[in-house]
Amino acid sequence: MDILNRFYNNEIRALSRIISYVENRSDGYRDLLAKLYKSVGKSLRIGITGPPGAGKSTLVNCLITEFLKLDKKVGVIAVDPTSPFTGGALLGDRVRINEFSGDNNVYFRSMATRGASGGLTTATNNVTVIYDAFGFDITLIETVGVGQVELDIIDNCDIVVVTIVPESGDAVQTMKAGLMEIANIFCVNKADRPGSGRIISELRQTMEHRKKDDDDWRIPVIPTEAVSAKNIDKLIAKILAYVDFVKTNGMFEIHRRKQIQKQIMNVLLYRFQRDFLESLRGNLQLENIINDIYNGKTNPYSVGDQLYNQFSKAD
Amino acid sequence: MTEQKIRVLLAKPGLDGHDRGIKVIAAAFRDAGMEVIYTGLRQTPDMIVNAAIQEDVDAVGVSILSGAHMTLFPAILDMMKEKGADDIILFGGGIIPDDDKEKLEKLGVAKVFTPGAPTEEAIEFIRKAVKAKNEKDKLV
Repeated sequence: MDILNRFYNNEIRALSRIISYVENRSDGYRDLLAKLYKSVGKSLRIGITGPPGAGKSTLVNCLITEFLKLDKKVGVIAVDPTSPFTGGALLGDRVRINEFSGDNNVYFRSMATRGASGGLTTATNNVTVIYDAFGFDITLIETVGVGQVELDIIDNCDIVVVTIVPESGDAVQTMKAGLMEIANIFCVNKADRPGSGRIISELRQTMEHRKKDDDDWRIPVIPTEAVSAKNIDKLIAKILAYVDFVKTNGMFEIHRRKQIQKQIMNVLLYRFQRDFLESLRGNLQLENIINDIYNGKTNPYSVGDQLYNQFSKAD
Repeated sequence: MTEQKIRVLLAKPGLDGHDRGIKVIAAAFRDAGMEVIYTGLRQTPDMIVNAAIQEDVDAVGVSILSGAHMTLFPAILDMMKEKGADDIILFGGGIIPDDDKEKLEKLGVAKVFTPGAPTEEAIEFIRKAVKAKNEKDKLV
């Protein structure tokens, strides 16, 4: 049977193969996605991000449990880093997620960044399309352990939960740009550790200052202990409240429209990168150019102009 | 042009906490450019095969040092057949006597590695086996 039929028959193997196919960008993957795109729009995408060791995987494990109780089908994308030296990866997020392995309402896929530097892999967005088409009500996206600027998650989900721990820093850290700005909800995980009270109150103060007007979403700061599932009910309640909030005030739609724009850009960017930059690699002419630049005969800027003009005329 | 990587699931089935060996293999495979999904300890055959299907791996490697290999390997093979995933390569390692190794390889375990086997041998084996599998299996 055709793989798409098997996919629409809820066959897990077909789902898995399609994800690999898209992740590997095998021939015709865009046509496949174009077909699947007809059945998207229903899945709610929740992003979980934060520094390494904050408890993201354990938190994801808790969220799966809660959403199953609400009768939701859950798809998870968990990203871990690819080595820039060998291209290999150790994907260890499954270690925390064992108990649902037999449950057909949960699907868990580990992915490697494969060269992307924004905390996700470039195939993430495409995989959310596949999940949505397969009928997962909830898509959980777990980023790699991030620092301050790996923020691709905002382009791939409807709500961002930033997870930090009591050791994550002082008041000045909470005021910085980047990671601290993208949260719709904060989780201070491992809240049983010393210092959690202080970071929670500092975060709450910072978030209060950040509000532009009274109608803004009040970014909640929730102390959790994922390992014992403490306060996960509160986290879920806030996630659902946020979704209600943005659906009512129209921000949900605005956000999704922005993401579609970004998606188009990414599709184009990828093709441009592949067709143009890849065609330069291993090019003999390029070797000569590098020589010329090294020997002071020309410079990277003029060469850039020249190669770009060649490329744009070639099409 | 595709950007395919070899994906391998590594697991410790049963009640056996000795995970030094499998961690050495995981690091060696990672350094050989593979994507290694490590599931950790105390996995049932059901959990292992489900994870292998969800992760769409080329191969599953299990490490058994508990002496339960004649039960666990066949259970995993059966589960793979039952779920239509018996094209996935199953290999393993551990404290496994030569007689049992022979029996397991006859049953359908692609390869059993025993103590002292160099990591390069396992890497080479996986590369060859996956290549052969991909030539057979032209999907979509």
